[in-house]
Amino acid sequence: MSTRLSKGGRLIDRSTSQEFTFNGKRLQGFKGDTLAAALLANDQMLVGRSFKYHRPRGVVGSGVEEPNALVNLGKGGRFEPNQRATTTELFNGLEATSQNHWPSLEFDVGVVNNYAARFLPAGFYYKTFIQPRAAWKHFFEPIIRQSAGLGKAPKDRDADRYEQAYAYCDLLVVGGGIAGLQAALVAGRAGLRVILLEQTAHWGGRAPVDGDVIDGKPAQAFVEAAVAELAGMDHVTLKVRTMGAGVYDHGYVLADERVADHTPGDGRPKHRLWRIRAGKILTATGAIERPLSFAGNDIPGVMLAGAVRDFVVNWAVSPGDRTVIVTNNDDAYRTAIALKEAGLEVPAIIDARATVSGDLPAKARAMGIRIEAGRAVAKVKGGKRVTGVAICLQAGEGAVLDEIACDAVAMSGGWSPVVHLFSHCGGKLIWDNAQAHFRPDAARPPLNHDGAAMVYAAGIANGAMTAAAVLADADAQARVAVAALGGTAAEAPVPQAATVTEQPMDAVWIMPQGATHALKSKMWLDYQNDVKVSDVQLAAREGYESVEHTKRYTTLGMATDQGKLSNINGLAVLAGSLNADIPQVGTTTFRPPYTPVTLGALAGESRGEIFQPLRKTPMHGWHEAKGAYLEPVGLWRRPYCFPRTGETHEQAVHREVLNTRSALGLLDASTLGKIIVKGPDAGKFLDMLYTGVMSTLPIGKCRYGLMCNEQGFLSDDGVVARIDEDTWLCHTTSGGADRIHAWMEDWLQCEWWDWQVYAANVTEQYAQVAVVGPNARKLLEKLGGMDVSKEALPFMAWADGTLGGFPCRVYRISFSGELSYEIAVPASVGLAFWEKLHEAGAEFGAMPYGTEALHVMRAEKGFIMIGDETDGTIIPQDLNLGWAISKKKADYLGKRGQERTYLASPDRWKLAGFETLDGSVVPDGAYIPAPGVNGNNQRNTQGRVTSTYFSPTLKRGIAMGLIKGGLDRKGEVVEFTTLSGTGTIKARVVDPVFYDKDGERVNG
Amino acid sequence: MAEAVSALNGASYQGFATVREIGPLGMISLRAKPDVPGLSNAVQAAVGLALPDQRRIVQNGARAVGWMSPDEYLIVLPYPEVAAALTAIGAALKGQHHLAVDVSDARAVFRIEGAKAGQVLQKLSPADLAKLEPGELRRTRAAQVAAAFWAQGDGYTLVCFRSVATYVMGLLTHSAMPGSELA
Repeated sequence: MSTRLSKGGRLIDRSTSQEFTFNGKRLQGFKGDTLAAALLANDQMLVGRSFKYHRPRGVVGSGVEEPNALVNLGKGGRFEPNQRATTTELFNGLEATSQNHWPSLEFDVGVVNNYAARFLPAGFYYKTFIQPRAAWKHFFEPIIRQSAGLGKAPKDRDADRYEQAYAYCDLLVVGGGIAGLQAALVAGRAGLRVILLEQTAHWGGRAPVDGDVIDGKPAQAFVEAAVAELAGMDHVTLKVRTMGAGVYDHGYVLADERVADHTPGDGRPKHRLWRIRAGKILTATGAIERPLSFAGNDIPGVMLAGAVRDFVVNWAVSPGDRTVIVTNNDDAYRTAIALKEAGLEVPAIIDARATVSGDLPAKARAMGIRIEAGRAVAKVKGGKRVTGVAICLQAGEGAVLDEIACDAVAMSGGWSPVVHLFSHCGGKLIWDNAQAHFRPDAARPPLNHDGAAMVYAAGIANGAMTAAAVLADADAQARVAVAALGGTAAEAPVPQAATVTEQPMDAVWIMPQGATHALKSKMWLDYQNDVKVSDVQLAAREGYESVEHTKRYTTLGMATDQGKLSNINGLAVLAGSLNADIPQVGTTTFRPPYTPVTLGALAGESRGEIFQPLRKTPMHGWHEAKGAYLEPVGLWRRPYCFPRTGETHEQAVHREVLNTRSALGLLDASTLGKIIVKGPDAGKFLDMLYTGVMSTLPIGKCRYGLMCNEQGFLSDDGVVARIDEDTWLCHTTSGGADRIHAWMEDWLQCEWWDWQVYAANVTEQYAQVAVVGPNARKLLEKLGGMDVSKEALPFMAWADGTLGGFPCRVYRISFSGELSYEIAVPASVGLAFWEKLHEAGAEFGAMPYGTEALHVMRAEKGFIMIGDETDGTIIPQDLNLGWAISKKKADYLGKRGQERTYLASPDRWKLAGFETLDGSVVPDGAYIPAPGVNGNNQRNTQGRVTSTYFSPTLKRGIAMGLIKGGLDRKGEVVEFTTLSGTGTIKARVVDPVFYDKDGERVNG
Repeated sequence: MAEAVSALNGASYQGFATVREIGPLGMISLRAKPDVPGLSNAVQAAVGLALPDQRRIVQNGARAVGWMSPDEYLIVLPYPEVAAALTAIGAALKGQHHLAVDVSDARAVFRIEGAKAGQVLQKLSPADLAKLEPGELRRTRAAQVAAAFWAQGDGYTLVCFRSVATYVMGLLTHSAMPGSELA
């Protein structure tokens, strides 16, 4: 059984115990524990179930590589699935539950899949669920979805907050082991801005655990001195608990800082996503140990040798009294030595190599440890935990020579450099035959904008396998990076690590090498997704030659750990099956993030009230206080209507329409785009932008205009006012202001750069109110200050003046057909003006109205709306707006486009009005079908509705729409489709001006 | 006339830095090519300051002139002085192609103050604050919206559009919350 040792543990504080629960069981750990360490200290070897076969799973690693020990962490608003116990720092009150089992971890029904394993081979889903086709949607998929996924999705709103931050540096060093520290020292001493990231809470990486000696002192002394020196440099930033997640073009790096994962509820942000722009990047990301593929290598108690060492040295956790070591290299002997030194038993070291020399085996031998050279594990014995191993010849087929009782197995298949960050942006790898791993190829690094190297790898991440080599390589790589950054690295001796002579490893991909199919069916490559050696070999037999295809077919490396343990072993097995060299088979693509980044960190501050910028007019607060129902218009929120108590929105809209038509309506029109265009060439410019002529507009007058894009399609509309000799004010739609301003700048900067025109978007400078209805003039006259009479301020004129003491510009324009003034006042007095209008207008029946009443009233008048009657495929001519297109002008944007045969065709659908015969309302989006079907067997159509409302004024349904033939078909009865799809709605084609056809009301 | 009210009526937040909405400030957007005759006289007449160099802002108390683009300047001045300044600019640039327009009410202005004020901006803006030079005006963004800021006094002055003042206040508040210091 696993337990806590009485002494040791460099990372734990035994004076501070911490309570936590696992599956409801109350347990104790120490400050400094990871959850995995604390679980093992409590003999909790079984921590979860695998995805496919529900096999019992125990802790196998000690860091980010962990595929098994994934837990549901926390509850309610702090619930998180798939949290790696090996990287979760223990805190008081931590609550964890295991995943993927039912009804309990100890007794899991799903484990029947295990016994059915031979019926669940690689590609099982593809093979099984392909026929009958219909069964996929209705039967197979729902069942698979039910069983898919390890953790549960959180149900509650996240109780924590997240943020992002930007940072810049010359050199970003990822990894705070001795390589990263040495590299940061070189760059920091050269005066460069350096950021050093370490994903764990501790500096130094593996060196202190491995017992490395640097400059004659334990590695920890070097680490502490380095951190102290770096901390003293103003231009160096040190970050622990910060994982370098992804490297992108131009030195852009994302890093995830776990600010408060270990102190939940302390008010700090849970995570912070760093968005770093680095001159150069140096990855000192270390290496990950590979498992060995022997039968039963997934039984709880089988762990990576390095992880066993970590648990013993860092957290004083024994994986069991007796640990058998299985290895193909010298490094695992460090684990044997560490176990022995901790007072634990190592019954044997099973070494696949035929002969064993080297310093570390010599030391192990001297400690009395039995070394079995040329041997392999035939099989691990045990179910929910290891009880022993059967030994065989590595060269043979698995005939058992001996059995050794033990509680744990520590395996090492060699170390693979963490090349992820080097590879994210295109860095290439080379296969190192001696170390049997891929390492970065310095000759083919990811490149920066200037074609120079963007990322350097250093230390063991670069294939330097001993402490001495790591320090030398880190120093050298940092000097290359400093020089590339234009800096000068000071002369300084490289710290010297004590040399340990290590015998070369043997590449061992299957143990024993001639294992039978039965054994290979129990050799796990991917622990989380249950992919075995036999699955990859089956895939190869079935013709999967590409490693990318094999990955997807077998799901190898597709779990939450993204194959950190399984990829190299898997592709080596694939290469073996294909009789190909490993580099020929290659790796799958390394993509960010290195380890999962929670969505909260990616969203950052963008949630709740600041999820997105909501634009507010000066009167916004008034609308909210009055209970307005808001609708999005671009990023604005505009009142759709102002419902009164007991009113539906529809009733409110009807009331607002009728009141405006009969008395007085007030509309907050502040969102309307307002762009000032000024200059000697401004008239010429506007004549190009609008289809009509704006240059001839007299000062003091307004004119309606249409803007098209180069293709001829209608883009925006609005009223233009001539302010003075060389100044115009262009009103745009509410959603179009920024777009049209940018459109103007585009033409002025890129095409007509020699025209003397300036444009300024002053939309937000003004609060604008539409005062609409038969009583509009009465209200303004009551406020007083300027002459707003029909004679002084006729329709389509504007004037500056004051009203009720407010400086204003008044436009006599109407989008409702009623007597209407649009009044612009400075935004800073907009609310006061709006309130004044309501107060003074009360006696005239003033009521606010919203966008829906606006829409209904404009439809009653047959006015088009950009976005309703237009959708990017409509030209003005389609909407019978030929009158707004100048025939005299030589050119305007869209003119040539509109002359194309398709757009000039008389067959185009054109605008018409529609009146239903029974007075009902045509549904939104309804089509007018035509006889027959098209090539896709869909009904032919001859028109569609674009705007449809119940007109409270006319007390019937009215609609505008596009129909082939347009108003030529006036009087004809056509049929619209219905929402239910059955039956049709009959409507008569009519003139789209439904109300006040002679336009008499506009003068009041 | 009613008193001019800034977008958030002076809202403030005290976190590890102080965030205050200030204003209304007088602001004029001046479009003109730098070589237009009379330009420096116009700016001098409006606020008594010299034209700024590229990406710089020239400040004197409540008055400032910032370089916004190769042919755009931002003039900052006390709110009541805008009309007179516009008249002065118009007179100095009479007959020259230019555009001077009052944008005082189209903007919201914030002060972020305190020793760690920069950290608040560091969370919202992809600007390298350590390299922000004295007198530099930085046009950038605050999270999802356009913004400009410059160092002033014991902090920064940030300008954004008026309609998104609530959003920007929310951003600044979130970023200045105690416990979220970056260093």
